[in-house]
Amino acid sequence: MNIIVCIKQVPDAKDVRLDPKTNTLAREGVESIMNPFDRHALEEGVRLKETHGGQVTALSMGPPQAESVLREAISCGADQGVLVSDRAFAGADTWATSYTLRKAIEASGEFDLILCGKQAIDGDTAQVGPGLAGQMKLPFVTCVQKIRNLDDGIIQVERMMDDGFDVLELPVPALLTVVKDINDPRVPSLKGKMKAKKATIKILSAADIGAEEQCIGLAGSPTRVVNVFTPAPRGDRKMFTGSLEEQVDQLVDQLRSYL
Amino acid sequence: MDYLLSEEEQMIKDTAREITEEKIIPLRAELDEKNEFPTVILEDMAKADLFSIFVPEEYGGLGGGCFEIVLALEELARGCVGVATSFAASALGIFPVLIAGNEEMKQKYMPDIASGKRWAAFGLTEANAGSDASGIQTTAVLDGDEWVLNGTKQWITNGGESQIYTIIALTDPSKGARGASIFVVEDGDPGFSYGKKEDKMGIRSSATRELILKDCRIPKDRLVGRKGTGFITVMKTLDISRPGIASLGVGLGQAALDEAVVYAKQRVQFGKPIISFQAVQHMLADMATQLEAARSLVYAAARHIDANPKNMSKPSSMCKVFATDMAMKVTTDAVQVLGGYGYMKEYPVEKMMRDAKILQIYEGTNQIQRNVIGQELNKEYI
Repeated sequence: MNIIVCIKQVPDAKDVRLDPKTNTLAREGVESIMNPFDRHALEEGVRLKETHGGQVTALSMGPPQAESVLREAISCGADQGVLVSDRAFAGADTWATSYTLRKAIEASGEFDLILCGKQAIDGDTAQVGPGLAGQMKLPFVTCVQKIRNLDDGIIQVERMMDDGFDVLELPVPALLTVVKDINDPRVPSLKGKMKAKKATIKILSAADIGAEEQCIGLAGSPTRVVNVFTPAPRGDRKMFTGSLEEQVDQLVDQLRSYL
Repeated sequence: MDYLLSEEEQMIKDTAREITEEKIIPLRAELDEKNEFPTVILEDMAKADLFSIFVPEEYGGLGGGCFEIVLALEELARGCVGVATSFAASALGIFPVLIAGNEEMKQKYMPDIASGKRWAAFGLTEANAGSDASGIQTTAVLDGDEWVLNGTKQWITNGGESQIYTIIALTDPSKGARGASIFVVEDGDPGFSYGKKEDKMGIRSSATRELILKDCRIPKDRLVGRKGTGFITVMKTLDISRPGIASLGVGLGQAALDEAVVYAKQRVQFGKPIISFQAVQHMLADMATQLEAARSLVYAAARHIDANPKNMSKPSSMCKVFATDMAMKVTTDAVQVLGGYGYMKEYPVEKMMRDAKILQIYEGTNQIQRNVIGQELNKEYI
């Protein structure tokens, strides 16, 4: 069971500021952490490895300093870290990021499962996981709260929904994005930290993964941030009271009044 | 203050701190209220390799000593002294094997201790043997290839939760303390059972229980070290373990000071935060000063002990008595700074003050520690 866990280094949510010029997150001088959802994906990968054997590879796209989250991943049980890093990747949106991760994975060899956090806490898009699965034409499930079973190339998972959960099966290789409920991540171990300190993090450039220039970085990104603003408060709220029937009648009357 | 820790020492401190922040603090109030043993947290500590810090490298450990244990326990005690005590008791329980056990015995037990697969406990205290440990009445008689143990141990930390117990018993009752030996008893051994579980004032998440040995038969090779040397090993064990208890005082004192300062900055009375009043400032200043003095003494004593000096009893007792008396005072003052709120269970200082009291009592009362220091002084000055 070879597992790839996609990890993003994000600014610590305790200290978030916007760059007034670009309307994007100001990252300078802000402490960086492993995206919290990715910690849960990593823990699940390590647990699968402990049960089924195999290797866990932590993969990240980011600037050279993102190497530190890959070392942290090794201290939490990953076997190796791969950093996809190149100035040409700068300004990538979720599409270009998905493309870049796909190329990096294709350059790295065989795998059975890709695990991602549900979303990153900086961009909050939740698009890279599904985007990567789309790029790779892999079956995927988002918001996984439990892996129920893994047997004979079929993985059975629970997908968190607003009103409960779905039980889904999919063949591996596959991609899953996970929510925090899936597990309680371990604290990095002492032996893991010592291993991480000595580990060599493999660094891949755009040329190493054979990425096409027009598909990466700002040039490969269809998204443009036009404006970031706080939405104005919505209009008045009205609470209906009385029995259920009375409340429904009041609601219908209210809706009719708008017609 | 910067104690110039090495990279590895800092790593141990950081790892214990992460366990405290992520695993202990969110659960401590519930464990305290329910009198519940922190099994899950000990498993988390095992995964983080904390149980391996005091185990020699040849048995799968990290090869640390007293100082490494002190660093870890200090951070764990910031979260909960009950949880930290459960960890410390496992180290205490296996020290006799490390100090006096033969190679075969170490090979048998130390790897499991290092990985956290099995925990240990130390069985010395009895109903009539507290401060006067020589009053033990548990006996061990050799019958063919087996030792037969009879007696009841009282207030044993980790009792009923650990899998490995070091039991002090008399192999030659006529010789008193010189007739004592140490044995390893395992959970499930015939004739070994658990008795009354105590309901305590503080450290309620730790298990404190009776051990009952009724014609308990164990293999001959469970004798730790030589017959009749049990008390010497017990004294060496306690010399090494006491700085650990002292560091629980330091961690607890730090936690109480942190709560008190944060509260004093927020609480407004007479139109000002109460930290601006000199009466409160002086209390906080004394708490911080006593705390730092205790930390310095504990660190120095632990490093001294790791140098394996001929006599370690005096510094060991000095740091235990100073740091735990400090913890009682600082936690009591923290409750005072928080006033009525501090007395309520909604704030953590109430539990901290309850937890502090045991530190002055267990692993040798602070009166016994002063006896030790006094006797050493008497020997030093001719």
